[in-house]
Amino acid sequence: MATEFSYPDSAAKAAQAAPAEFETEKMSLSMGPSHPSTHGVLRLQMELDGEILTKADPVVGYLHRGDEKIAENMTYNQFVPYTDRLDYLAPLANNMAYAIAVERLAGLKVPPRCEAIRVLTAEMARVSSHLMGLGAFGLDVGAWTVLLYTLEEREKLYKLFEELTGARFTTSYTRIGGVTRDVPEGWLGRVLAFCDQFLPILEETLALLTRNRIFMDRTAGVGVISRADAIAYGLTGPNLRGSGVGLDLRKDKPYSGYEHYEFDVPVGATGDCYDRYLVRGEEMRQSIRIIRQVAAKLPDGPWYAEDAKRIFAPPKDKILTSMEELIQNFMIVTEGPQIPAGEVYFEAENPKGILGFYIVSKGGGVPYRLKIRSPSFCNLSILPKICVGCLISDVVAILGSLDFVMGECDR
Amino acid sequence: MADALVTALQGRFPSITERASADHPAVNVPLDEIVAVLRYLRDEQGFDLLMDLTAIDWSEGASPRFTVVYHLLSTARPGSYVRVAAACAGTEAEPTAPSIVSLWPGANWHERECFDMFGIKFDGHPDLRRILMWDGYPYHPLRKEFPLAGIETALPVADIEEETGTRVVAAPMAGGPFVASTGEINLTEAEPRAKDQSWSDRAAQPGQTPLRQVKE
Repeated sequence: MATEFSYPDSAAKAAQAAPAEFETEKMSLSMGPSHPSTHGVLRLQMELDGEILTKADPVVGYLHRGDEKIAENMTYNQFVPYTDRLDYLAPLANNMAYAIAVERLAGLKVPPRCEAIRVLTAEMARVSSHLMGLGAFGLDVGAWTVLLYTLEEREKLYKLFEELTGARFTTSYTRIGGVTRDVPEGWLGRVLAFCDQFLPILEETLALLTRNRIFMDRTAGVGVISRADAIAYGLTGPNLRGSGVGLDLRKDKPYSGYEHYEFDVPVGATGDCYDRYLVRGEEMRQSIRIIRQVAAKLPDGPWYAEDAKRIFAPPKDKILTSMEELIQNFMIVTEGPQIPAGEVYFEAENPKGILGFYIVSKGGGVPYRLKIRSPSFCNLSILPKICVGCLISDVVAILGSLDFVMGECDR
Repeated sequence: MADALVTALQGRFPSITERASADHPAVNVPLDEIVAVLRYLRDEQGFDLLMDLTAIDWSEGASPRFTVVYHLLSTARPGSYVRVAAACAGTEAEPTAPSIVSLWPGANWHERECFDMFGIKFDGHPDLRRILMWDGYPYHPLRKEFPLAGIETALPVADIEEETGTRVVAAPMAGGPFVASTGEINLTEAEPRAKDQSWSDRAAQPGQTPLRQVKE
């Protein structure tokens, strides 16, 4: 049985179809909320022309827990653990920012040792946060090795955090008027030993990316944020400094004794993803510099404000033996630390950017209104502006370079 | 003694009054001048960074009910802040304030958040949608009358609700670390409430519908 097949001349057919007549249409694509490059639960609603974005609309709020509402319903000290869960990659820095905000409202001065311990822990938190940000950024653009290096170093930091605070992640280390406990014996030596072994590894890790041809192709000139845009959108932290604005509150409005330490503020030149990477790398070196200075001259003395009778819980041994201290502790636990009426806005230079607390008090142990100015929220608001005209693969690099945390963005 | 910045502002806008503040210079501004004042601060005083935009609910029946608060930071004079506050216009149900997205594009998300949490309508905002809660959510959670536990509402997606019979339910608050009232506290109310173990997310609270109604 013979079957006849016809083989149309495909070349001739292709020639007949004029390319101009192809109909194209835009595609709507949702990236996230569960996508490896969105670092949590960010959803990016994109409109695509081929592989090029014509519109990007970030959808946030998947991790909204109502922290500000909760804050209005609990005492000042009870809210400390909630600050851990804002930027959960740098809880120690959040703890410090919140405690200082309340202390400013209470007109409370903490002793130098407490300030130094806070600076030390905040800088360690900065290193651990940048290590994670760097590793994830590398992972996003295909440099898988970097994460293996940075996670190992971060683990060493977490060991130190655990020794100091009892927890690796959710440290809740500060109290209003002090810190929970003094540094353990020998701990500072171990911090310094960490610094000594960390710096060569940091250089090795950064060398994997800094002159890496693939990494530079993926990041240099991509996601450029101009100086004017960065300011207009309220960007802060390494993202703002990557665009050439040298704003660093540790230098410009020092808190907790940052004025005693020497460090430099790196700024970028072009404001692209590569610059933001370079700024973070340099910030880690500077943080180590600060940590060494703090550890070298950690002041002696009390590590909590002793004059703050109505605010800070008395030492445990006093509670167990003295009636007056027992009553005081009971009042602080049940009524909360008594903070005078007024309003305060305090901002701290956190790893992700400037974290601000705006507290309105009507007196008593509970804030009337507590607003958290979260850096990740503001940093993400620029996405609709810089993503337009990018390739999808560039979006991944941009998200990695902005280094945001959704727990803080959504609050 | 008034701050130099406050004096300069009052010279330019006579209706401005100084606002009590423990930290930064702060002013109260009439709502219809807020855009002009912020523009003056940005262009002539160098406060080029809008750090924060938020609102305060002064509780039901208060006058004014809502105040919007702006915090500006200067990159030219590092470390100097200014706080600008204005009482909202409009009704309690629908307060209004002018949008400042034309001054700072970064205000876009802040105003969306304020609208989401307090229901403040920002006139002139290009895209005033909810941002943290989902579209179609019926309440504004940071208003003082909104309970901490939440209010039972429908799920954002209707067909999932139809399929599962699940709704967004109020959180069980028994035994929580929460204190009873904000601002002034009396000791009895401030005590953590007794643990009521008689109900959970499986066994319903007396007189309430069961919390989870997943169809088998």
